Parts: sequence; C-alpha cells; structure tokens
Amino acid sequence: MENLVQTAMQNINFAAIMPSVILACFSMALLLINAFSRRGATAHVAWISLLAIATTAISTITAWNSPETGFAGHVVLDNFAVFFNCVFLVAAALTVLMSDAYLKREGYPVGEFYPLLLFCTVGAMIMASGTDLMTIFLGLEVLSVSLYILAGFFRGQKRSNEAGLKYFLLGAFSTGFLLYGMALIYGVTGTTNLVDIARFFAQFPEASTGVVAVAGMLLMSTGFLFKIAIAPFHMWTPDVYEGSPTPVTAFMSAAPKAAAFAAFMRIMLVSMGSMHGTWQSVLWVLAVLTMVMGNFVALNQSNLKRMLAYSSIAHAGYALVGLVAANEIGVSAVLYYMLAYAFMNIGAFGILVMIGKKGEENLTLDGFRGLGYKRPLLAVLLTICLFSLMGIPPSAGFSGKFYIFAGAVEAGYIWLAVLGVLNSAVSLYYYLRVMVYMYFRDAEEEFEWVKLLPGATACVVISVIAVLYMGILPGSIMALARQALF
Amino acid sequence: MSEHLLSLMTFFPILGMFIVLLLPKDNGGLLKSATLVFTLITFAISFPLALDPVFKTSGGMHYTEFAEWISVGSYFHMNYSVGIDGISLWLVMLTTFIMPITILSTWQAVTKNVKGYMALMLLLETAMLGAFISLDLFLFYIFWELMLIPMYFMIGIWGGVNRIYAAVKFFIYTAVGSLLMLVAIMYIYYAAVNSGMNISGFSIADFYKLSLDPALQKWLFLAFALSFAIKVPMFPVHTWLPDAHTEAPTAGSVILAAVMLKMGTYGYVRFAMPLFPDALKQFLPYLAALAVIGIIYGALVAMMQKDVKKLVAYSSVSHLGFVMLGIFALNTVGVSGAVLQMVNHGISTGALFLIVGFIYERRHTRLISDFGGLAKQIPVFATIFMIITLSSIGVPGTNGFVGEFMILLGAFQSELRWFAVVSTSGVIIAAVYMLWMFQRVMFGKLENPKNQNLKDLSVREMCIMLPLLVFVFWIGVCPNTFLEKINPAVDQMIQQVTGEATPVYTSVIPAVAQEEQAPMHEQQH
Repeated sequence: MENLVQTAMQNINFAAIMPSVILACFSMALLLINAFSRRGATAHVAWISLLAIATTAISTITAWNSPETGFAGHVVLDNFAVFFNCVFLVAAALTVLMSDAYLKREGYPVGEFYPLLLFCTVGAMIMASGTDLMTIFLGLEVLSVSLYILAGFFRGQKRSNEAGLKYFLLGAFSTGFLLYGMALIYGVTGTTNLVDIARFFAQFPEASTGVVAVAGMLLMSTGFLFKIAIAPFHMWTPDVYEGSPTPVTAFMSAAPKAAAFAAFMRIMLVSMGSMHGTWQSVLWVLAVLTMVMGNFVALNQSNLKRMLAYSSIAHAGYALVGLVAANEIGVSAVLYYMLAYAFMNIGAFGILVMIGKKGEENLTLDGFRGLGYKRPLLAVLLTICLFSLMGIPPSAGFSGKFYIFAGAVEAGYIWLAVLGVLNSAVSLYYYLRVMVYMYFRDAEEEFEWVKLLPGATACVVISVIAVLYMGILPGSIMALARQALF
Repeated sequence: MSEHLLSLMTFFPILGMFIVLLLPKDNGGLLKSATLVFTLITFAISFPLALDPVFKTSGGMHYTEFAEWISVGSYFHMNYSVGIDGISLWLVMLTTFIMPITILSTWQAVTKNVKGYMALMLLLETAMLGAFISLDLFLFYIFWELMLIPMYFMIGIWGGVNRIYAAVKFFIYTAVGSLLMLVAIMYIYYAAVNSGMNISGFSIADFYKLSLDPALQKWLFLAFALSFAIKVPMFPVHTWLPDAHTEAPTAGSVILAAVMLKMGTYGYVRFAMPLFPDALKQFLPYLAALAVIGIIYGALVAMMQKDVKKLVAYSSVSHLGFVMLGIFALNTVGVSGAVLQMVNHGISTGALFLIVGFIYERRHTRLISDFGGLAKQIPVFATIFMIITLSSIGVPGTNGFVGEFMILLGAFQSELRWFAVVSTSGVIIAAVYMLWMFQRVMFGKLENPKNQNLKDLSVREMCIMLPLLVFVFWIGVCPNTFLEKINPAVDQMIQQVTGEATPVYTSVIPAVAQEEQAPMHEQQH
C-alpha cells in the first residue's frame, strides 16, 4: 500500500508543473484579495500579478536544460515548454502593465481582470507542457474559458458583449472538432499519449494513411487552427479583436496563439511526424490562404484595432510557413517569431491604449493625423513597432521572417517563400498608411488627452527595446529557440 | 586606426544622429551646424581612402574588417564583413563628399522639424555607406533596406504637393524588388551549403566561387536584377523616380540622384553580374536593350517637361541608361567609364537639383514658362548653371564627356556595337533638352515682373556649388586620378564575370595602361 502511494507520488513529480501551480495559486489568492479590497482599487492587484509572473518566470527558467516529466508522462517541462512559457509570461506581464490605467479610463476598474489573465496564462502553460491529448485539451479549456470572459469583460458595452459571445460560440464549436479529432486518433491508436501515438504509427505505418487517422488529424488541426486564426477558420478574429478590451486583444494576439502553436507543433512533430506528407501539403495551402486573406483584407481597414487583427491573421500565416518547412531552422524560427510577435504587437497595442479616448471611437486612421508632431515619442515608438511588423531590418520582425523564409527555402518550398515575401510586400501598404497619417498629414487635434501612462509606457519601451535587440543581435534568442527543440 | 577606418566612417554619422536627437529642437541653426560638422568629420575620416595608392595596383578588397555577428547553432552565420575596392571607393567618397553639401543646401529650405530632418540625413548616410562597403550579402541587405526608411520620411514630410503618393510609391517599389532578392539570397546560401563548400556567412567572395546550375542562375539573377533595376531605375520600372525626385525636398533629390540610384548600378557590378555570370550572358542583350530604351525614352520625355525638376529627373533615367550600357559592355573601358559616370552623374545631376532648389527658394515655382531672361539678372548663377548644364550634356572638358565617351567606346568595342550606335542619339537629345531648357529659363527677355528682383547666388550657395565645379573640371580634364584606381577593380570584376583573364588595354588613356604594366607587387599594402 505504502509502496503504491510512493510510486504514484514519484509518477506525479510536481516539479514538472511547478510554474503552473505557482501561477494558479497566485491567481486564486488574487481572487480572494480582490474580494476584500475596496471597490475600484486595482493597482495593488496589478502589482501582485507582476510579482506572480516574475516568480513563475524564475521557476520556469530554472528548469531550462533540466527537463522534468510528471504525471506518468502526461506533462513535461522541457526546454520547448520553458521557451513557450516565457513567451506567455512576457505577453502577460506586458498586458498587465498596460491594463491598469486603461481599465480605470474605460470605467471598469475590476480587479478580477488580473486573475483571469493569469488563469489564461496557466492554461497556455499547460498546453505547452502537455504531452497527452487530454492534458492539452485541459490546458486549452482553462485558457479559452478565461479568455471568453475577458473578451466580454466590458459587460456594459455591446461590442464587448458581442466579442465575448461570438468567441464563446465559435470557440465551443471548434473545440467540438478538436475533441472529435482526438477521439478518432484514440480510436485508431488506443492511446492519448503523444509518444505512444508516434510509436503506434511507427509500428503500423499503414494505419497512418487510413481514413480514420487522417480524418482525426484534420479535425484536430481544425481545432488548433481556429485558435491560431488560420484561414478559413479566422472569421471570428476581427470582431473579437475589435470588441475586446484593448489589453485583452493584445494578449489574445500573442499568448493563446503561441499556446495553440505550441500544442499543435508538439502533436504534429511528435505524434504525426510519420504523416507529415499529408499535413504539410494541407498547411502549405492554408498558410498561403491565411497570408493572402489577412493582408488583403487589412488593406481596407480604417480602424487600427481591426487592421491589427487582420494583420495578426497574416502573421499567423507567416509562422505557419515555418511549420510547413518542418526543418531545424524553420521550426526554431516559429518559436522565435512567437516571441518577436509578442513584443512588436503588444508594443503597438500599448500605444493604442494611450491614444484611445474612452470608448476608443478615435482609433481610426484619421485619429492618428499629425500624431508625429503632437506626440513625437509615442509616434516614434509606434513607428518602430510597425516597421518590425512590416519586417524591415533591423527589427525582430525582420529577423523572424528571415529565419522562417530561410527555413522554407532550405526545405525546398521556394514558392511558399516567394508568396510569403510578396505578401509582406502587400502588408507594407497598410502599415505605411498609419505612418502617412501620423507624419505626412497635419494635426487637427492637440491630443491633449494623451498622457504617458507609466505602466503602458513601460510596456511599450520594453517592447521596443526587445524588438531592436532581437533585430540587431538575434543570435542569442535564436540559439535558445533552437535548444528548445533539438 | 586604419584597420577600423571603414567602420568608423560608416557609424560616425549614426553617432552624430544620437547627439542631434539630444539637442534642443527649436534651435534650427545649431542643429544644422552640428549636422554639417558631423558630415564634414565623416568626410575627413574617409579622406585618407582617396589618397591611398594601394587601389592603383590591386583590384581586391582593402581595409577589410571582419567580425562574427550572428551565429545560430551550426546552420547560420552572418558576419560583419566590410571592405572597399576601386569601384566602391569613389562611390563612398561621393557619398561623404555630397553629404555636407546637401546639409548646406537645407539652410534656408528646411524650416519645419529641422531636428527630424537632420537625424534622418545622418541615418541615411550610415545606411548608404554601409551598403557600399558590405561584403556580406546579409549585411548589405540590412543597409539596403535601412536606406528606405529615412528617404521615405524625407519625401513624405518635407516633400511637395504629391509627396504622400510619391513616398509610398518609392517605398513599395523598392521594397518589392528587394524582398524577392532576399529569397534569392537565402537560396544562394543553401546552394552553397549543399555544395559542400566551406562558407563563412553570406560572404560574397565565397559565393563568387560557387558555380551554380545555369537554369537556376536564371531565376536568381532575375530576382537580383529586378531589385537593382528598380533602384537604378531601368525602363520600365522607372516610374517611381520622376515622382520621388520631383516631390522630394532638394536635399532628398540630391541624395537620391547622386547616391541612391548608384546603389542599383553598383548592385549590378558587385552582386548581380559576378554572382551569376551564365545567366548574365543569357539576358545581356535584353538588359542592354532596356538600357538603350531608357536612354532614348528618358531623354524624349525629359524634352517635353514643363517643370525643370521633372526634366532633371527624367534626364537621370537617360543618364543611368548610359551607365547600365557601359556596365553591360563588359570590357574595361566600358565598365570603368560606367563607374566614373556614376560619380559624374552624382556631381552633375546633384548640382542640377541644387540649382533647381535655388531657383525654387527664390520664386517658389519650377515651371520653365515662369522664367526667361534670368541671365541678365543673376549672371553668376547663370554661369554656374551653364557649366553644370554642359557637364550634364557631356561637353568635352567636363566630367560628363569622359564618362559617356568611355561608355560608348566600350559598348562599341563589345558585342553591343549597335546598341552603342543607337544610344549616341541619346547624347544628342540630351543636348537638345538641356540647352532648350537653359535657353528658355536664362535667355530672352526678362518679362515676368516677379523675376526682376531675383538675387544672385549668396556666399553660402557659392560654397555649395564651387566644390562641385572643381570636380566637373577635374574629372573632365584629368580623369586619370580616378580611373587609375577604378581600373584594377573593374578588371577583377570583369574577370569574375567572363571567366577570362583581363584583356590587354585597348585603353583610351595610355597612362593607365603603362602603370598597369609596372610590376604588380611593388606596392603591397
């Protein structure tokens, strides 16, 4: 009896889920702290959230190069998970920084915002460390449910309600696909463990080409691609991004996307490696479709939040190119790009937070007229983020795209790389247009409501420094991304 | 000192940029003076390059610097690798020389956002110098793209009425071309890796040694050629140029014409042609035809312009066509002439844009029909304008003559004989449109009352024009100072492209030939 408990405890190995545990405990404590706080006081919650993120980051980073497996192979805290955890934590920290003043301005100084954000992060971390379909699903649900609430967080605003409801309905639908796919894979292989699935397919290669297995894989992919917002599963993105509170949009464009990528990559590369011929050709088409969709529709947007939503679709397409290449550099580049995208996109959203008025009706191109002269610092910071999104050197966006397309070229997907760069040429137009309004048109307003909010400013400055650092000296981060995989 | 000369020269302006950013933004004079000092120091740093005799004897790279920059595991290296040879030497010198001049020209023209303007100018100088000295394709690409950003803002913020259209068009045209080049760069890298070559980064010296499959070269060459052709610009991808040149502020036009267009021609000489010699042979006649079309078309369109600045812009299309023709001649005379003509065009057209700027500052119009008879009112101005006009046409004794003559001679001696014959008509049309314009602006009766109070050149404006005039005549009368350093590098490049040892000089300039026969190893650096 004692023996049994001991083996069970050994199998559990809490070290493997330590970061998630720490963050979850902090989140629950925060919920309690909120309950006993004065109404409208949220600053201390934000500070404690940052502390929580920092603590989690330390416990995550110490696991670098010393992988831990827990729960009988259901979770693993390997370099891959550590790298993605860091991406999530970076995204969460930057979001927390920009949120406090924003929530007050919009009239929702509700402390529950932060624990929900942290629960999202916990879910994302579980997804990245999950080595079993069930664990991954669990993480996905924790992530999604918190995110549905966050999207509809401004309960008095119709747009926010719409965002929350839309995201929830479509998300639930896509989760159905995901589960169905997982069930089919289980039906074929008799296991939900990723490694065991791979072993099964290696043992019975003919099973991997069977209708059921392929259907299972495709259905499962649908679920993840929905979360990543890959065309044609991207329909929810623009409305949800536009309607959600801006910090949530910022977070949503970086962390859940990265989490879905992490789980998707682990499943595809570990379990479905033997079927890569099938999924590569599917993803090839979807990557092109996504890039084209995202960029061409973004051309026509005048609301900046919506434009960034479409551009984030396009960026997911670029990242998918790296996965299609499925070689050392391409896959490492996906990891690198997730981090780079978190910085450049959240940085851009941080500036939107500062420029928006209550209700954010002014976040249209016209609202940016002459910003470069009235608020030069903010305009320069936004410009750097936009150049990075365009992929102009020396910025993180450039080095990320460079590695991704280099991976595609190495794997022989020349046309995919060509289509990719042509797409990023299209994207130049709508990013440049923001600069046209900021610098080339005269100001009609004084932007007197724009204040350098300390938190949001810190978020943007950190992002811009990171963007430039990753652009000028990408080697170190890229080396980490590589170690995370190989 | 000398081992880091190139880096010092390249990055000094960016240091200046940071200092300029710290200065108070209301003090325009201080900002301009500071920028002038920074560009002058940059020129001073680069000056020893021009005096170094090593370029006369050896066509290889000098002042090389190498440092590992980015290395990702075992599969990717990018290096900071720079160097300079006789071809890039004069383009670098042209850049550092023309920068203080353009800063001087902004003294009265730029009044709004002086700080931003000066910061962008300094950033631009670093980017341009970096592109000329890069020996690593990846490094080159970084500088090449970086150049776009300051120029985009300069056109868009300080430009004319149509500035937004021009700026966006400029940016997108150039970026589209270069993105395709980026894919080609990646491809070459992997081709080199897969061929089992021991390469260090994206070093062009290593890529030169690569012998790629001609069918493949075709595509890679097209990607490079398109990117550079847009920058040159060659017909039919030249349409961004008239817009950008016309809308840009004077200093922007000068830099565009004098330096940035040379990036394209330089790209052909340094990258597109030596990297893909087989593909070049295949496309040579077509490209030469495009060059000739550019010459004639640019000249004809220039003739019909009502706006002086547009006229000068289209004349650039024509002149750059000559440069391309010279490069495609693939013999020493032609290519050296083309390299020299790159510098000449920088000086003459740069000067023309400055002159147009002077007129515009006085009258706020550039239409030819608004002028007439200015020569009596502003004689010094008219004289200098005349000299520059003649140099642009290529009258003997001026710089333009030497360059165009060598180009035509080179093309005539090569397979492109008939192309050369046709392009000579470009020289004639150039005389027509330049002189006709000059006549309508300067001669005749001074009828427009607004022109009667025009002031002649100020001391500052004289200071701007005189250095340019010196070089108009220096290159015109004594081109050997320049050619003797260009020739060895050009020979090396031709050898790389044609795979044959350098032909014996059929030189127009005997002095060069004699010097070349002297033992090569005497003056090892």
